[in-house]
Amino acid sequence: MSPRVTTRADRLQGLLVMLPLFVFIYLPVAVLVLFSFHAGQVPVPPFEGPSLEWYGKVMSNERVTGSAASSLWVGVLSSAVATLLATLAAWGLARHRVPGRRLVEGLIMLPLAVSYLVIGVGLLVAFSAIDVSKSLWCVGIGHVVLNLPLAFVVVVGQFDASQVRLEHAARDLGASEFQVFTRVTVPLIRPAIIAAFLLSLTFSWDEFIVSFLLSGFDPTLPVVIWGMLRSGLNPQTNAVGTLVFGVSLIAAVVFELVLLRQVGKGAHAGR
Amino acid sequence: MQAAELALDQVSCVYGEVKAVDRVSLVVPPGTYVVLLGPSGSGKTTLLSMLGGFTVPTSGRVLIGGEDVSNVPPARRPTATVFQDYALFPHLTVAGNVGFGLSVRKVPPAEIDKRVGAALERVGLAGYGPRAISAASGGQRQRIALARALVTEPALLLLDEPLGALDLSLRRQMQDELRRLQRGEGRSFVHVTHDQEEAMAIADLMVIMNAGRIEDMGPPSRLYERPRTRFAAQFLGESAIIEGRVVSSTGDHLQIDTPCGRLAVVGVRAPGDRVALAVRPEALRVGSPSPGALSLGRLQVTESVYQGSFLRVSGRTASGVRLLAKLPSQPLPAGAEVDGIEMSVRADGLVLLED
Repeated sequence: MSPRVTTRADRLQGLLVMLPLFVFIYLPVAVLVLFSFHAGQVPVPPFEGPSLEWYGKVMSNERVTGSAASSLWVGVLSSAVATLLATLAAWGLARHRVPGRRLVEGLIMLPLAVSYLVIGVGLLVAFSAIDVSKSLWCVGIGHVVLNLPLAFVVVVGQFDASQVRLEHAARDLGASEFQVFTRVTVPLIRPAIIAAFLLSLTFSWDEFIVSFLLSGFDPTLPVVIWGMLRSGLNPQTNAVGTLVFGVSLIAAVVFELVLLRQVGKGAHAGR
Repeated sequence: MQAAELALDQVSCVYGEVKAVDRVSLVVPPGTYVVLLGPSGSGKTTLLSMLGGFTVPTSGRVLIGGEDVSNVPPARRPTATVFQDYALFPHLTVAGNVGFGLSVRKVPPAEIDKRVGAALERVGLAGYGPRAISAASGGQRQRIALARALVTEPALLLLDEPLGALDLSLRRQMQDELRRLQRGEGRSFVHVTHDQEEAMAIADLMVIMNAGRIEDMGPPSRLYERPRTRFAAQFLGESAIIEGRVVSSTGDHLQIDTPCGRLAVVGVRAPGDRVALAVRPEALRVGSPSPGALSLGRLQVTESVYQGSFLRVSGRTASGVRLLAKLPSQPLPAGAEVDGIEMSVRADGLVLLED
């Protein structure tokens, strides 16, 4: 194909394709956010307000705030564990000759392709088989299962030969294996580790199925929202939804920033 | 740790079919600057790697200060390495890099600061501690890597082609500094290079390696002037080789028949043995032999190149022997290309090779 000059008509055409796409993706979110500021009792047009009434209601709803705290705890702990295990697994696989290495990597990443429902039901059956009653701990374990493959995918690509030389240098200078890992390996791939943690956190934060199946009497935020939805639409659910979305958005933005900085550093090092 | 003797006892390293290092034995007295010199694939880097503990010998022993360290991991060896690409930690400052070896040994921070400062000063980088590694130039990185290795006070400092990435003038300067540091420290340095000028400039003990074995070792002057093997004679500097056969032997004097005529050399061989003689280009003279010199016959000059301080002349004698001479830079006699020029060699310029 011969190179083409982008004309105004081309740009218009592009816009005509992109615009419906973005509307399709973002309109529901926009509506959700807009009607969280609605002054009426039912979140239907026309929009009245704006008002922070529903946010006030949400913040004073102990079921919502309590479950949000639970979600946060489960998210932080399960993401930390998933990221740690994924990093150790990726390090081990990158630094040692492991028989059937591709197979092991495949097995670690396989849960990505398995439905959350299957994993959730599987865990439910497994926990009841060993007489463990449903709790937030079970949800946390479930989230480790879900997020470990994800964290592994983010981290595994970060190990390369240049770090092997740096690790050699550290050993040569007297560092134990633990010191090599904590003082050289982890700092070198820190951006990827942070990215893996944040990605896990966002997934855990609004994960519903596994939480619903395993949480028992102490639900996470998505489970509580689901409960609220059962009694019909209410601007309060919009407000909660907006808050959930906001937290995910912050994590996603930090994730992007971390990745961008890493790419920038990579370009710098390669110069 | 104080300076210690290094000894290799029949050390081999075999990868599958390939003998990277083949039964190498070597004793290095404390405080020696050793240079391992050889073409790529000669096993010099593998040997260094076995000294550092990164490669475990297939057989044989590595002894440092009399202690067998063959199976001791790098972290617990009294060695430190300056890597070819320096392998500086990009996430640490200059001081963080230099102090790394002390910090992992749990040396108190105040002492680390003091020793890091002293080490940076020794390599001429006083005050560079807080800087980032990415801000350091090639020569500075070299010095940082050197300071980082020396600060742990290793019995043995290993340097893997440390000057390879530097430009010529910086390389010369660093050669002098390495020598100065080694003399000042009094510990042994083992330095791998394929640059023979660098090797000759800094070595106390030069080890020429080829195909996993030591071809020749000794002080640079001995190695250059009296190479032991054909490989050593041709790898280090340039040598012409004259093949011949021993006709008579009296005491340690041999008469050898060669295509250039009968030559007398010092050595012990049985009559009838086939031998090879090495001739350094500096040992050749134009004209009929002065007292104590031997005639090599007429040399048909094929090429003469003016090199400033000398004239590099190559050619072939009537009997077909290729010779290379470094002559005073004045014009060759007319007709050198056609009639040839009379060549002679100092008697001590002929070196009897072992193979």
